[in-house]
Amino acid sequence: MQKTLWKGNEAIAEAAIRAGCRAYFGYPITPQNEIPEYMSWRMPEAGGVFLQAESEIAAINMVYGASAAGTRAMTSSSSPGISLKQEGISYLAGAELPAVIVNMMRGGPGLGTIQASQADYFQATRGAGHGDARMIVLAPGNVQEAVDLVQEAFDLADLYRMPVTLLADGMIGQMMEPIIFREMQGRTLPPKDWAARGRAQDGQTHFITSLRLDAPDNELFNLALQEKYKQIAQDEVRYENLGCEGADILIVAYGTTARICLSAIRLLKLEGIKAGLFRPISVWPYPYDALRELALQDCVKAVLTVEMSAGQMLEDVRLAVLGVRPTPFFGRMGGMVPQTQEIAQQVRLILKEAIR
Amino acid sequence: MSQIVYARSQGLKDVEMHYCPGCHHGIVHKLIAEVLEELEITARAVGICPVGCSVYAGNYLNCDFIEAAHGRAPAVATGVKRTHPDIPVFTYQGDGDLASIGMAEIVHATMRGEKFTTIFVNNAVYGMTGGQMAPTTLVGQKTSTSQQGRNQPQHGLPVRMAELLSTMDGMAFAQRVAVYDIPTLLQAKKAIKKALTLQLQGIGHTFIEVLSTCPTNWNMSPVEASAWVKSTMSQYYPLGVFKDVEVGK
Repeated sequence: MQKTLWKGNEAIAEAAIRAGCRAYFGYPITPQNEIPEYMSWRMPEAGGVFLQAESEIAAINMVYGASAAGTRAMTSSSSPGISLKQEGISYLAGAELPAVIVNMMRGGPGLGTIQASQADYFQATRGAGHGDARMIVLAPGNVQEAVDLVQEAFDLADLYRMPVTLLADGMIGQMMEPIIFREMQGRTLPPKDWAARGRAQDGQTHFITSLRLDAPDNELFNLALQEKYKQIAQDEVRYENLGCEGADILIVAYGTTARICLSAIRLLKLEGIKAGLFRPISVWPYPYDALRELALQDCVKAVLTVEMSAGQMLEDVRLAVLGVRPTPFFGRMGGMVPQTQEIAQQVRLILKEAIR
Repeated sequence: MSQIVYARSQGLKDVEMHYCPGCHHGIVHKLIAEVLEELEITARAVGICPVGCSVYAGNYLNCDFIEAAHGRAPAVATGVKRTHPDIPVFTYQGDGDLASIGMAEIVHATMRGEKFTTIFVNNAVYGMTGGQMAPTTLVGQKTSTSQQGRNQPQHGLPVRMAELLSTMDGMAFAQRVAVYDIPTLLQAKKAIKKALTLQLQGIGHTFIEVLSTCPTNWNMSPVEASAWVKSTMSQYYPLGVFKDVEVGK
């Protein structure tokens, strides 16, 4: 199959169409604008619905409506817009509705900047808006992987009836790379017999709601949600291990940062330093067990986390490593990208410290 | 020989409603149910209910329902109607929901001419949360957050939604009705039926504002509350048709 050159945002939009998404609702915000722009002409061509909403809040609620009626629906935004969508995301989780949300993260806080960042990790992985809810969060490392994860994101959303976020940094949205749209297998999914599209469908009335005013009833629902999340934590963990076996040091990074770390690792290899890359692909559920196992190797002196944030995934790395190895951190913030040399220098210093 | 002259609408489920004595929600539900039945769309329709007292509308009306976040019903309805144009869609919103937190959603849905029907129940107060001031609370009206009565310098003036939304080209039909006596009730039913009929013809957004009571939070008896709608509320919120594309209004 021939590779073609695609910008990340447009590739993700096309992948969504190919994954059967038939409703897109969005609102302009940089650096994800090519998604609504592409969808505006491509979605009608595919027989679906494109609508530019009046706000991110309206967009996520349009997704909620389309999904409640049984349509594969998505929205996309970037950090400040995702904050606005959090209300709707919590309602999606509470009503157990599938949806795909793309977050092309930019530097914050507040309006921040339009350059790439990974500072929404806490927001994405620690919940789904208010309440004890979760999103499945997939973090692609390049444009090809972003494209491949889109089909999976929709399938996971439908399978578990919950919001799934594709968490990418602005770099992945803006970058052009040669990619292939693979024939995706797709999962076998249950019928959407819960959808509210008129009781003529099956003779039953359907009431999609997140309201459970009776506290014991609401607790039972929450317990069921947690059971579902436990199952997901068991079955849906994804990560990449590049040379972690026998490594002197593990570098943990995701998204664009992981790619820069890989360049640093190649550089260090020339100096005889063996650094491995552990790259989480699902950041919720997080690959705690796999990382812990690799960190426990006798040869591993430290586990370095590198992020475009002040150290957010670092908390998960520490939860995985549980103090058995030092867990230093290196990060750049506010739209700045870590440089290969900076990372390599961190590794050299950490190993020097460890040997002394 | 006995003859059935009145039967419970098939558009209503056979359950007891939770509404307070003298509240008009039950009447409005019944009118919608009867219209759905008469238009033979109960089995196809999808209702969107709000946050507030009528959050349980889906437990009472015998059609599919989706409960929306506070104020977001027009966006949710847009999502349903755009992806399923054949489904008759109606929202059911209160005044805090539609005229305060959901102002942007209703204005833009109307502006786009979204082909669903809004049933806006205006009782000039936040009911479920305990009687706080609403955007439609009348000047002088005492609520739990305007205890000396609403006054203009502090709170601004109440908003007339039917008039406001009728300025938009996307609005096909807008009428303000009430249900405080039999003539107004019959008029309200006719208005709801017309709104849903126009929706089925795919003409544009249709909007029915229903002046309604909240005896509990107004500190009135049911009879006093109905009388207050007639004597006071309908003075500031006049009943009537504000937009009707059929007659070029």
